[in-house]
Amino acid sequence: MREHTEGIRVRERQSDPESAEFDVDLVSDVRLIGRAVAYLSERCRAFAFEGSLVDLNLRVSVTEALANAILYGNREDPEKTVRMEARINPTAITVRVIDGGPGFDPDDVPDPTHEDRLESPRGRGVFLLRRLMDEVEYNEEGNVVRLVLRREEG
Amino acid sequence: MTFEATKENDVLVLDIDGQLIVGNRQKFKDKVLKELESGERKFLIDFANTGYIDSSGLGVLVSLSKKIREQGGELRLANLNEDLRTLFELTKLDTLFHIVDSRQEALDSF
Repeated sequence: MREHTEGIRVRERQSDPESAEFDVDLVSDVRLIGRAVAYLSERCRAFAFEGSLVDLNLRVSVTEALANAILYGNREDPEKTVRMEARINPTAITVRVIDGGPGFDPDDVPDPTHEDRLESPRGRGVFLLRRLMDEVEYNEEGNVVRLVLRREEG
Repeated sequence: MTFEATKENDVLVLDIDGQLIVGNRQKFKDKVLKELESGERKFLIDFANTGYIDSSGLGVLVSLSKKIREQGGELRLANLNEDLRTLFELTKLDTLFHIVDSRQEALDSF
């Protein structure tokens, strides 16, 4: 498969031993998500976030947020970009994903674990975000989601 | 993500190397559907080398499971690591799939 590094741009805001802040802009192409998530994961590992916290909670959640932004926010319009703003410090990872779409109502998502919906191929993204992150907050329009993942105590 | 399909007796074994996510799930789905169309009925997906799966990847597995069943076929999932198991448990998909620990156990279970 072709590499799509050219569709991703990173802008460093701050980087020191106490914290890292950077923006990642992606062209609205779902094939870029894996690479953007891998980049974010590496930056988090530099702050000693590791194990399931990165491999499961972070990677799956950020993939969901970026996929929602590209597919439903920007409707895969190649002229539009999705921005991921990341802030990492020793205690928490905060990620904001911003798209250029009209937004959606995150409360209007039925429970995918209900037996009637268990065989549906869709509808698990927002559910997973909420189960895997410590905080999930949408803006009023529903086109910006803020995710917080804290280091486990002890 | 890359995947490899090998035949072990009458079971088609699919090894997924890397992530099964929104950006590549279609390729995987197309391959399995093609094999189903050409007559394969016993499928085993081995996740030993799989990194992570997102909701789109889970959606593809759900949809394939249904299609395989409709054709009178069977699907087994094997070698899920702890994180993948958590994902299946959170979404209650562990109740929908036939999940086994090892590849051999899966092959023996058909």
